Amino acid sequence: MNQSDFLKVVLPFKDKVFRLAKRLLVSTEEAEDATQELFFKLWKSKDKIADYNNVEAFAMTMTKNYCYDRLKSKQASNLTLVHNNYKQKDTPLDTQLEYQDSVNQVHLLIEKLPEQQQIIIQLRDIEEYDFDEICKMLDMKPTAVRVALSRARKTIREELTKKHNYGVS
Amino acid sequence: MELANIEKLVEKYLDAATTLQEETTLKNYFIEGSVAPHLQEYAHMFTYFATIKGETYTKTIELEPKKPKRSNYKWLSVAASIVLLFSVFIGKQEYERYQALKQFEQISKGLRLLSQNLKKGEQAVATLYTYENTVNKILK
Repeated sequence: MNQSDFLKVVLPFKDKVFRLAKRLLVSTEEAEDATQELFFKLWKSKDKIADYNNVEAFAMTMTKNYCYDRLKSKQASNLTLVHNNYKQKDTPLDTQLEYQDSVNQVHLLIEKLPEQQQIIIQLRDIEEYDFDEICKMLDMKPTAVRVALSRARKTIREELTKKHNYGVS
Repeated sequence: MELANIEKLVEKYLDAATTLQEETTLKNYFIEGSVAPHLQEYAHMFTYFATIKGETYTKTIELEPKKPKRSNYKWLSVAASIVLLFSVFIGKQEYERYQALKQFEQISKGLRLLSQNLKKGEQAVATLYTYENTVNKILK
C-alpha cells in the first residue's frame, strides 16, 4: 500500500475523526493534533489496514481510545484549564446572547452528557452511522447503544424545554 | 409530511428506535422550517447536528513526522561525545609531556649535582697529584 492508496482510503473520513476528537477533547487545536497523530498512527500500521474490512470503524475506535487517553493524561496533569478556557471562548460572554443562541445551547448540553453518550450522539445523530457500525466501534451491545442514545436524546430535549420555559417566563 | 406522522416519528426518535432513513425525514422536516411550536426544541437539535456536520478538518495530513528537535538532540550528543573523547586525548598528551618534562628536569638536576661533586673530587685529586710530584722530586 503506497501513500496515495492510503490517502484514498483514509481521507473520506478525516472530518469524522476530527469532529469526534473535537467532541471529546473540546478544543479545536487539540482535536487537530489528535487527528494528525491518529492518521500518522494509521499510516504506520498500514500493513495491518489491508486486513481490516472496515477501516473507518477501526479508525473511529482508535479515535475514541486515543481521546480517552488524552483526557486521562490531561486530568492526571491537572490541565483541565484548557476545558474551561474553551467554554468561555465559545459561549458568548453576554448571557443574554447565550439564551438566544439555542444552537449553541445544544452544544453545551451535549458537553454535559457522560462521555459515552456524547460519542453515541456524535456517531448517530451527526455522522449518521448504522447501529451495527456503532456497536462495532464502541464494542457495545446494540441494546446498550440504544438505551444510551435514547437517554441522551431525552436529556437534551428536557433541558432544552426547561431553558425555553425559563426564557419565556 | 403531516404533523401526526412527525410526532410519531419524534416519539420513536426519543426511544432510539428510528432508522437512519426516518431520522433523515425528521432532519429535513425540522431544518426546512415551519415547525410546530411544541416541537421547537427538536428544530434546535437538528439544526445543531447539521451545522456541526459542516465542520471539516482543514489542515493537510502529514504522514512523515516532523521531529527535527529529537534528531538534533541525537546529533548534539554525538558531537558532545566526540568533543569529550578529543579533549581526553589531548589532555592525556599534555599530561604526558608535562610528566616527561618534570622527569627530564629531575634527571638533569641530578646529573648537574653529580658533575659538580665530581669536579670537587677531581680538584682534590689534582692537589693530591701535586703533593705526590713534590714528594717524588724530593725523594729523587
